[in-house]
Amino acid sequence: MTQTQTTALSAAHLAQRRQRRAARISMVLRYIILFSVGLLMLYPLIWLVGASFKTNSEIFANPGFIPKDPTAEGYIKGWETSTAYTFGRFFWNSFLIILPKTIGTAISCTMVAYGFARFEFPFKKLLFGSVIAILLLPNVVTRIPQYLLFRDLGWLDSFLPLWVPSALAGDAFFVFMLVQFLRAIPGDMEEAARVDGANSWQTLIFIVVPMLGPALISVCLFQFMWTMNDFLGPLIYISSVDKYPVSLALKLSIDTTEAFEWNRILAMSVLTILPALIVFFFSQKYFIEGISTGGVKG
Amino acid sequence: MAHLSLNNLEKTYGGGFKAVHGINLEVKDGEFMVLVGPSGCAKSTTLRMIAGLEDVTGGEIRIGDRIVNALQPGKRDIAMVFQNYALYPHMKVRSNLSFGLRLQRKSKAEIAKATADVARILEIEPLLDRLPKQLSGGQAQRVALGRALIKKPEVFLFDEPLSNLDAKLRASMRVRITDLHKRLKAEGMSSTVVYVTHDQTEAMTMGDRICVMQSGHIMQVATPKELYNKPANLFVATFIGSPEMNIIEGAVQGNEFHTKGQSIALDAALLARLGARPRQAALGIRPQHLRLVPEGTGLKATIRSVEFMGHEVYVHALLDGTQITVVVSAAEFEALGEGASVVHLRPDAEWVHIFDRESGQNVSLLAQG
Repeated sequence: MTQTQTTALSAAHLAQRRQRRAARISMVLRYIILFSVGLLMLYPLIWLVGASFKTNSEIFANPGFIPKDPTAEGYIKGWETSTAYTFGRFFWNSFLIILPKTIGTAISCTMVAYGFARFEFPFKKLLFGSVIAILLLPNVVTRIPQYLLFRDLGWLDSFLPLWVPSALAGDAFFVFMLVQFLRAIPGDMEEAARVDGANSWQTLIFIVVPMLGPALISVCLFQFMWTMNDFLGPLIYISSVDKYPVSLALKLSIDTTEAFEWNRILAMSVLTILPALIVFFFSQKYFIEGISTGGVKG
Repeated sequence: MAHLSLNNLEKTYGGGFKAVHGINLEVKDGEFMVLVGPSGCAKSTTLRMIAGLEDVTGGEIRIGDRIVNALQPGKRDIAMVFQNYALYPHMKVRSNLSFGLRLQRKSKAEIAKATADVARILEIEPLLDRLPKQLSGGQAQRVALGRALIKKPEVFLFDEPLSNLDAKLRASMRVRITDLHKRLKAEGMSSTVVYVTHDQTEAMTMGDRICVMQSGHIMQVATPKELYNKPANLFVATFIGSPEMNIIEGAVQGNEFHTKGQSIALDAALLARLGARPRQAALGIRPQHLRLVPEGTGLKATIRSVEFMGHEVYVHALLDGTQITVVVSAAEFEALGEGASVVHLRPDAEWVHIFDRESGQNVSLLAQG
């Protein structure tokens, strides 16, 4: 009897150990696969950072990402550029476009979205339908008419064509995103504010905007990143080198040198993606909250 | 100090659906008026029209001497407590309370004093620096109440304010709100209240008067006692009271009420009160007003089921095909004997109501009134 019990116990014990070992092996395998796929995805970025510290000759000789003889020359020379301006100037230009564009987008899109989400007015359905239609319209289609319009306004070779349309709620995507977010917020708080004596503007500013916070952060982040990365817009409208934003300036270093100084280009590319990365990591929490809560909760 | 009056108030929605059918209601200065009715009876729509959150399509709303139809909610001198509190989630309790006053550009000292006063009355002083998400349901409701109180409005509007609370908290908040109303009244402050609920216990315990609504019509406006004892129509008779009033179909013939198979003599006083005799009638009697009598002296009913409630017993029985309920004392039920399957019932003469089946009106009240 005791003998049988002991055998049964040890069998159960063995089975448990086997299960534990199988679970551990499966976990290790899982992490190896995840890690290697992750590395594969990130490798170009890691290589970019590593290569920016290599000498020009090493870049093509050594496929690994750790530089043999690290040097900051790419950064120093790259920052100086081959023009009369340093890269700082181009960052400043980008900033001058991004700042009014992002603030303008946040303000104008909030107002338009509030109107669509909370008020009844004639032709509302038709107008909202046209917002959705614009959303589906490829950007390229409007390039030529827009160019002609801005030329007639005398805005060529200025930052205005790059931010004014967005600051007037020209980006249907953001309007749509905020409308969806607003629809998920119950209207009771706004009604309470109206009973408290707030007019529509006061309700918007004191009640709606604070509740829209996460969505607005997402809007600003998207606009920031898209503007930072925008190449075609500045290429079309900006012709003077002193007004180039960083996206154009990167191309500049490719054009003007006879033999490409790849380490400079890579170094400046690293600097160019840094602001977007930093901003994203700092506001990641709100960003995810903003894009994920849109249609779900109030 | 203001009274509120609704004159031929109508609400028709865009699709042509008429929600409120020209209702008339007078709420006296300082009165606690409860609007009660089943869901979809337009009680909340009516309240929202008074608040100015819903457009009025016909008739007028007067607060004091002013017609407020076209005024913005903020200009009507009203305050409203919402069902789900509707506290501003990003503001602390203190700011939630004072938001209205800040919009009115009151001085800082004035706002601080008003906030402190309200917080003291509602015992929410320790909560002033908390955010709404850090409050329990009862606390949030008190803050919502405070937000209404601080404005010192002419009329308070409550939209089912207790329906999100658990039963115990609801009972204590009920008392708190009625006490507050009495206190405001005693201090000579404006305390006219319109309170919407679907809960008849709230309606009966809180209201000075109750307005029972159905499908956008007012069925009766009366004190809780009158509503219970003298329902104007079948709807009110069955809506108010728990367990609900028994309605037995039949006809008045001579001095008797005939059900499908039985008859019972009607009281002379009741017959005198009766105006025109309806062709199709219904006899209404509350379960508490049916007496057990010996065989042969009352209406016979077959027992279907029995609910023991402790000191009393609910006997559910079938009287000529109609489901009725009788409330008897435990002792009386004992006296029936084990396994009794039949009861003999006689309604208390003074509590019998006769309704016209076609119009639904209580015809035993008409001649009286």
